[in-house]
Amino acid sequence: MFLRCLAHREVSILADTHHKVVVDAALEKHESTKGSLLPILHEIQDALGYIPSDAIDVIGKRINRSRAEVHGVVSFYHHFRTHKPGRHIIQVCRSEACQALGANDVIDKLKRTLGIEFHESTSDGQITLEPIYCLGHCACAPALMVNGEPRAKMKSERVDSLINELRATNYDD
Amino acid sequence: MTTKIFIPRDSSAIGLGSNAVAESFARVAHSTKADVEIVRNGSRGLIWMEPLVEVETNAGREGYSNVTTDDVESLFKSLVTGERDHEKNVGLVEDIPYLKNQERLCFARNGVTDPTSIEDYLEKDGFKGLKAALNMDGKSIVETVTQSGLRGRGGAAFPTGIKWNTVLNCSASQKYIVCNADEGDSGTFSDRMTMEGDPFVLIEGMTIAALAVGATKGFVYLRSEYPHAEEVLNEALQVARAKGYLGDNVCGSKQSFDIELRRAAGAYICGEETSMLESLEGKRGLVRPKPPLPAISGLFGQPTVVNNVVTLSSIPFILANGASAYKDYGMGRSMGTLPIQLAGNIKRGGLVEKAFGVTLNELLYDFGGGTASGKPIRTVQIGGPLGAYIPESQFDLKLDYETFSAAGAMIGHGGIVVFDQTVNMASMARFAMEFCAIESCGKCTPCRIGSTRGMETIDKIISGENPSMNADLIEDLCDTMLHGSLCALGGMIPFPVLSAMKHFPEDFCLEPHANKVAA
Repeated sequence: MFLRCLAHREVSILADTHHKVVVDAALEKHESTKGSLLPILHEIQDALGYIPSDAIDVIGKRINRSRAEVHGVVSFYHHFRTHKPGRHIIQVCRSEACQALGANDVIDKLKRTLGIEFHESTSDGQITLEPIYCLGHCACAPALMVNGEPRAKMKSERVDSLINELRATNYDD
Repeated sequence: MTTKIFIPRDSSAIGLGSNAVAESFARVAHSTKADVEIVRNGSRGLIWMEPLVEVETNAGREGYSNVTTDDVESLFKSLVTGERDHEKNVGLVEDIPYLKNQERLCFARNGVTDPTSIEDYLEKDGFKGLKAALNMDGKSIVETVTQSGLRGRGGAAFPTGIKWNTVLNCSASQKYIVCNADEGDSGTFSDRMTMEGDPFVLIEGMTIAALAVGATKGFVYLRSEYPHAEEVLNEALQVARAKGYLGDNVCGSKQSFDIELRRAAGAYICGEETSMLESLEGKRGLVRPKPPLPAISGLFGQPTVVNNVVTLSSIPFILANGASAYKDYGMGRSMGTLPIQLAGNIKRGGLVEKAFGVTLNELLYDFGGGTASGKPIRTVQIGGPLGAYIPESQFDLKLDYETFSAAGAMIGHGGIVVFDQTVNMASMARFAMEFCAIESCGKCTPCRIGSTRGMETIDKIISGENPSMNADLIEDLCDTMLHGSLCALGGMIPFPVLSAMKHFPEDFCLEPHANKVAA
C-alpha cells in the first residue's frame, strides 16, 4: 500500500492531460481575483467531480500559497472531495426537519440497499452516498439531491425505485 | 387571447415534480396548438400545495394544487372548455386563507412574477426604493433604515441602521457589502426562496446599502447546497447589469456598484459572519475574534456591511414607503415583519410572512394545521440547530426577539421545525452535539472537543448508564461550551441540548425536575 502511494505521488498532474487542462483553465480564470482559492477549487470539482491530490501543489505554486494551506482549505470544507465519486451522487439530508419526517429511515434504507456508508461509493463505482445538512426543502421533507437535482418528500419505500432508475441510466450513455 | 400558465421553478417545487409538469404542459400545448404561455414563476410559499400551477383568468389567478404529469391533460381540457370543476382546483390563489392572512412586504412578489423578468419586477414596485435612495445622501438613507427599526434577520437581530452607520463613518479606499446567503439552519428556506423567486429585490437592497455607506463592490456568499438559487441569481445579475442597475453608472447616477456571486463549500460555520469573511478571502472558515468588528475591519481588512438575504431584501420596501410604513408592523423592539418558515412534521408547511407578535399557536395550528402525521405536536425547534426545543406549554409565546430571549429561546432566522410525539428527545440532543462536532471550525476547545464528549455522554444516558450523574456532566459541559466559545456554534449548541433535558426528562431516563438527585 505504502509503495503504491509513493508511486502515485510521482505521477505528476501533467500525466493526466484532462486534469491538466481543467486545472490550468481554472487557474487562468480565477488566479487574479481576490480570495481566489474557493472559486478555483469549485471550477475544478465542477469539471472533475473531485480535487485530485496532485492538483494541490500546482494550485499552491500558482497562487503563492503553501501546499499545506491549500490542503487545509480543501479538507476544511465538506463540499470538496479528494476522491473520484461514483457516476451518480446521492446527497441525503440529515437535518432536524428531515429527521422529523423519517429521514433516518430513508438513510438506513439507502445504506442497506447500496451496501455502503456515507462518503463511500458502490463497488461498481456507480453510486456515491453523501450526507448533507439542509437543502432548504424543510417544508417538504425528507429531501435528497440526486446529481444536483432535488427530490422532496422521500420515503424509504421509494429508495429501490430511485436506485433502479439511476442504475438504468448507466446503460443509456 | 394568450392564456398564461404559471409553473414554479422554485427548487422545492422542482423536488416535488414541477419541471416534469412544465415539460408535460409544453408538450400538450404544442400538440394541441393551444394559445398558452408558460411562465416559470417563483413559489408562493404554499409548499404543501406544490407543484401549484396557476392559470390567469379574468377574476384573477386560479390555482391547481399538487399537480402531477397525470393531471396535465385533464387540466388542459378544463381550460379549453372553461369548466372550473377540476378536482385539483383550489380557487383564486390570493383568496387562500394561508396567503390572505399574511402581511407580505418582503415576499410581496414571490410566486407572482417571473423571477428573472425585470419588467415584471418594475411593474410590481421594483426599484422604487433604489430611485428614492438615489435622491438621498448616504446619511439620510442610513437614518431611514435606523428609524425603520429593522434588525438583522440572519439570527442575531442586530439593528441594521447602527451597523450601516459604523461603516458609513469609516473612511477607507474600499468598502464592501457582503450578503450572507449561507442559510445553513435546518428548517429555514426564506433566503433560498427570495433568491429563487425574487432575486432583484436582493440586488436592489444591496445596491441601496452600497449607496448608503459608499461601497463599490458587493459579494453574495451563497451555499453550494443551493444550485438553483445560484442559477436564478446569476441570470438576474446579468439582466441588472445589462439594464444599468449595476455597473459603473448605477441608473445614470455616476455611482459605481457591482455584485459578485461566490459559492460557499458546505461548511455550516461559514454562516457566522467572521468565518464567512475568512472563506471569501480564500481561507479555512475559522472564526475571528471580535473586535475588530467587520463593520470596521471586515473583508480584506476593509469596512464591510455584512447582512443576511432577508435583511437586505427588506430595505427596498423601507426606502420606497418610508421608515414608519415598516415600523407600523410588529411589537416592542421587534419591528416590521418576519418571513417565518413552517417546516418538519407539519401539515401545511411553507412560508408565512407576518408582523412580529404572532403566537406560535396561530402559526402551528391556524396556518400550519398541526402535524403532517396527524399525531399531536410534541415540541418545536425554532431558530435552527442552535435553537431551543419548546414544549407545548409555551406555544402561546409571541414572536418577538425579547419575549423569546426571556423564555430562554431564540427566533433566529425564523424557521420552525415541528416534531410529533414519536420524537425521541435524547436522540435529538445527541444529534445537536454530533452536528456541532461535524461542523465545528476547531478554533475553540470547548466546541471542538466538548461536542464529541457531549455526544459520548448522551450515549451513556441513552444506554441507561447512570443517567442522573451523566446529566449533571452534560450541564457542566454545556456551561463550559456556552462561556468558552467565541461564536454561536459552540456557544449555543447547549440550548437545544439543555432544553430537551429540561422539558423532556423522561426521554433521558430522568425523573421530572430531579436532574440533580444522584441515582
